[in-house]
Amino acid sequence: MILDLLELLFNAGFWAATIRIACPLLLATLGELICERAGVLNLGIEGIMTIGALVGWTTVYLGGDLSTGILVAAIVGASFGLLHAFFSVYLGASQHVTGIGITLFASSIGYYSFRLLLPSSTTPPKIMAFQPLEIPFFSDIPFLGIALFQHTAFTYFAFLMIPAVFWLMNKTPLGLSIKVAGENPMALEAQGLDVLFVRTIALMLGSALMALGGAYLTMSAFDAFYFGMVNGRGWIAIALVIFASWQPFRVMLGAILFAGLDAFQVRAQQLAGAFIAYQFFLMLPYLLSIVAMVFAARSTYYPRALLIPFRRGERH
Amino acid sequence: MRLEAREHTPLWLPWIAILSSGLITLIFAAILIMVAGASPVTGFYELYKGAFGSKNSIAETGATATPLIFTGLAAAIAFRARFWNIGAEGQLYIGALAATYFGTGLVVFSPLVMVPFLLLTGFLFGALALLPMVLLRQFLKVDEVVTTLLMNFVIILLVSYLLEGPWKDPYSLGWPQASPVIDQGVLPQIIPRTRLHLGFAIAITMAFLVWYIQSKTSFGFSSRAVGFNPSTAKHSGISVTKTMIGVAVLSGGIAGLAGVSEVAGLKGYLTLDLSPGFGYTGIAVAMLGNLHPIGVIFSAIFIAIIYVGAGAMSRAIEVPTYLADVIVASTILTVLVSLILIRYRIMLRGKF
Amino acid sequence: MTALLNVKNIDKSFGRLNANKNISFDVASGEIVAILGENGAGKTTLMNIIFGHYVADSGLINFNGNELKAGDTKAAIDAGIGMVHQHFTLAENLTVLENILVGTQPLYQPRLSERKAKEKLKYLAAEFGLELSPQQLVRNLSVGEKQRLEILKTLFGDCKLLILDEPTASLTPQEVKTLFISIRKMVASGLGVILISHKLNEILEISNRIIVLRSGEVVGKVKTKNADKTQLGEMIVGRKINRPIRKENSFKEARIQLFQLSTKSGNGLAALKNVDLEVRGGEIIGVAGVAGNGQKALAEVLTGHNKPNSGKIFVNGKNLFGKTPSDFMNSGVAYIPEDRNADGIIGDMSVWENIILTESKNLKFFNKKGILNIKNSHELANSVCQKNDVRCQSIEQSARLLSGGNIQKLLIGKWLERKPSVIVACQPSRGLDEGAISAVHKTLLSERKKSTAIILISEDLDELLLLADKIVVLFNGKLSQFIENSNLNPNKLGLMMAGDGF
Repeated sequence: MILDLLELLFNAGFWAATIRIACPLLLATLGELICERAGVLNLGIEGIMTIGALVGWTTVYLGGDLSTGILVAAIVGASFGLLHAFFSVYLGASQHVTGIGITLFASSIGYYSFRLLLPSSTTPPKIMAFQPLEIPFFSDIPFLGIALFQHTAFTYFAFLMIPAVFWLMNKTPLGLSIKVAGENPMALEAQGLDVLFVRTIALMLGSALMALGGAYLTMSAFDAFYFGMVNGRGWIAIALVIFASWQPFRVMLGAILFAGLDAFQVRAQQLAGAFIAYQFFLMLPYLLSIVAMVFAARSTYYPRALLIPFRRGERH
Repeated sequence: MRLEAREHTPLWLPWIAILSSGLITLIFAAILIMVAGASPVTGFYELYKGAFGSKNSIAETGATATPLIFTGLAAAIAFRARFWNIGAEGQLYIGALAATYFGTGLVVFSPLVMVPFLLLTGFLFGALALLPMVLLRQFLKVDEVVTTLLMNFVIILLVSYLLEGPWKDPYSLGWPQASPVIDQGVLPQIIPRTRLHLGFAIAITMAFLVWYIQSKTSFGFSSRAVGFNPSTAKHSGISVTKTMIGVAVLSGGIAGLAGVSEVAGLKGYLTLDLSPGFGYTGIAVAMLGNLHPIGVIFSAIFIAIIYVGAGAMSRAIEVPTYLADVIVASTILTVLVSLILIRYRIMLRGKF
Repeated sequence: MTALLNVKNIDKSFGRLNANKNISFDVASGEIVAILGENGAGKTTLMNIIFGHYVADSGLINFNGNELKAGDTKAAIDAGIGMVHQHFTLAENLTVLENILVGTQPLYQPRLSERKAKEKLKYLAAEFGLELSPQQLVRNLSVGEKQRLEILKTLFGDCKLLILDEPTASLTPQEVKTLFISIRKMVASGLGVILISHKLNEILEISNRIIVLRSGEVVGKVKTKNADKTQLGEMIVGRKINRPIRKENSFKEARIQLFQLSTKSGNGLAALKNVDLEVRGGEIIGVAGVAGNGQKALAEVLTGHNKPNSGKIFVNGKNLFGKTPSDFMNSGVAYIPEDRNADGIIGDMSVWENIILTESKNLKFFNKKGILNIKNSHELANSVCQKNDVRCQSIEQSARLLSGGNIQKLLIGKWLERKPSVIVACQPSRGLDEGAISAVHKTLLSERKKSTAIILISEDLDELLLLADKIVVLFNGKLSQFIENSNLNPNKLGLMMAGDGF
């Protein structure tokens, strides 16, 4: 049995699955990273992913093309980021409660609209989702072709977001301001910038990415919307941000590691399912997220102003 | 826009603010009903009828309020101490597991012993389920929001495993459910031939007990101090870790009671859909109750009315049942705003 | 000389408090104007108005010939005003260069340009003696270096007027000298400087003109060369300064002793290294030193908040090594923490709840079952407020509404109710007005008379000289030999604070 599992590592299909599973986590984690570096923990992530999955799918279902679906998901995600900012940034409310409230609100309003749209469907309707691209020459390379070069455009887009977020955070004035907002908002204020505005922008950008992570589920990984399909991926993303020490490229490492374990878990279920109940395999990603948090908890990289609301004119 | 701290908060302000946030939520619900093409007036009338229309519907509202009082208390206790336990859903199921394990024939006592025994085990198991998270937070600085959230998924998978495997009731005709609780362990009905059971009275008693603990004892005093400012509490000789552990035990334990009450009071046996998210709704209950134990009773009843009423309403005027969830979620957000308005004045123009 | 900055009839109130009343003054290029006044006199409010953090209720500010837009920090910076805040506004996890660059380029520019900035930084550093490596992380800088970075930030923005808010608060005397050299160079190159301080000696040394504020009003404008120290002091306070006098006292047996005590660094605390200390009843030991050399670690070890690695610690003869804060409290140790708002009170709880906060294990207030005794609690609260002149509307009022002086009086008062034999006081008069300072000093001296052992950790040399029987210097986690107050030489003390003799 151990040999069977080792064989998995040389199975191109396993790696292709890993990359597919990594994408929604990747997008969501990068989104959370931007929010947290600006000093705001966005617990709305689970709900924003749900609503992203729903509106992306709905746009295509109602006749829009796939790129419009992505755009709409991003815009809706950003507007939930704005809503989050209204509570947590402008009113300075508890980021924990705001986030949980946004998650419950976004998912319930999503489910409500879905039921309004399709009052009585037992099997969810399907859309024409993103299809794997055939890249001349590359797709035909043995092993690597299947593992890396037979993915959808959305998959490549997700991986492109890593250098994009890296560039944003490290090479642009906006990214620098976001980092300062999360480290010491007073420093931003002293340079004449509006902390609340910068944090709001970060929340909107980050939430847009989260919504895309959700949209990936309904538009690339699957082709329909199911209730509860995000299934805790948002919470795992929050653990991954900590695991990645708030660094974009480490997010990729973490997402692939987790996705690999998830893909492995599916295979292991097939191999060991007779001895161990499938539920224990399904628990693995959640338990591992907790373990990852325990090991990364004392990181020195955490943004110093995380969770602290900033109020203008309050004596510091 | 900026906020200015109020120097004085009039006594009536918190209650007016909370009431108006309830009102705003209902207006928002009315808009959603209109979007669905129905009339809000009929909708709210159906809602009222569904929640109060008959002896049965009143009992049903009370029965739905019961787990919400428990989970609302669990959230209120934890949030007061700034311990973000979002895992009441999981702790509820752990309590339910305890009631199933001990209540389906493993031990048999007379009802007078059996019922308190089941409640006690449910409390202990719920508390134990939260204990690792508080220890991780205090000793390793692991954020409890994420750990408690993730544990909800783990616990529900565990329940699923038990119900499909070793605990599956052989007489359940293939449904994944556990054996029923023995007669000695069942919580009796309060109103005969309805679903309102003793759990409701226990929940209200718990709320008063928590109120007494919070306002009159040194533990309640310390937990408030630790919540507001752990550093000052520590400098005053209060052990932050011990206090937090106490808070977690109380919070997790009461969430566990919700599970016992559902299994031994309402359903009679454990199923995988025992809770339609009572743990998460508890957060809204706690917020709406201003994190006050007595407030929790009223807000739990209010939200139970929404749930029971919205169920009846959506059947009557064909609006998706998820409306109730939307109302609950928007309650959290509107109450959040009103809590800010209680402490701060919003100045739309001008700066310092 | 034409005025660079012209401030006319500024009024500003917060609620019922008039922070600034009809203030007018001007500053020319190439001069240093000192603004002097005690805490709460309105200095910082005034500067925040000039810098655009606050909007004045009425009045005008002209800068460089143009009217300055009110309440717009960006406009102030663009016009050429730079401000170095008393509490540094730096992002610790970012580099020196990143801290300088933030806010200097349009937000939506796709690329942050660094090369030109580095060159300019090099030039400025050489020109004004402000050397710093651009790629260094800010959290690794010393206090003096961080201040250099703050000044570089303003110079980088081509400022014409530099506002320095209490720039010497946590510098050694030697660092102050270097800072003054840089300031003189900047002024020589045509900059105007406003220096806010309450340290008379420094102001007399460096400024050209002095403006004195009291309760929000300008009460004096003098040329520095005509100024007289005593007269200025009285102008600041508005009456003759009445400091309490430390009288001879007889010392009792040792109340608290540390032998070869060491701690680990971490949590932002410096490590203590083999510290020996003994304080007798009736004695005040002053601990001098520049912030960040182990003051907090020392205070926390003395009160049980920081567990030492090795060594011994005795309180009234009892070994308390490794014990908890509450064990220290029960052995008679009282702790007046440095940051009273963060560590001393709970703003969201009422005055009476704050007072019984330290009594959660006292049977008089919580009986054996842990039930609160409201009557006794209210009695204690009323008596603490009365005895210590804590001014509040009622004991039900939230503590966050009290002034700094009242909070400190409440805090000290409630600890004294426990009849402590050892008091550890950190910066007890920081940020208080003159009245509250003398109240705190009187209380400490009267405790000394009652044979309490007092450890006074302070950065304020005047305070130490006034109160302490003996002084030790803390540098890099090590304690110096005791120096008797009577043969203290301020110059030598300054050198020791910079590490001489360690």
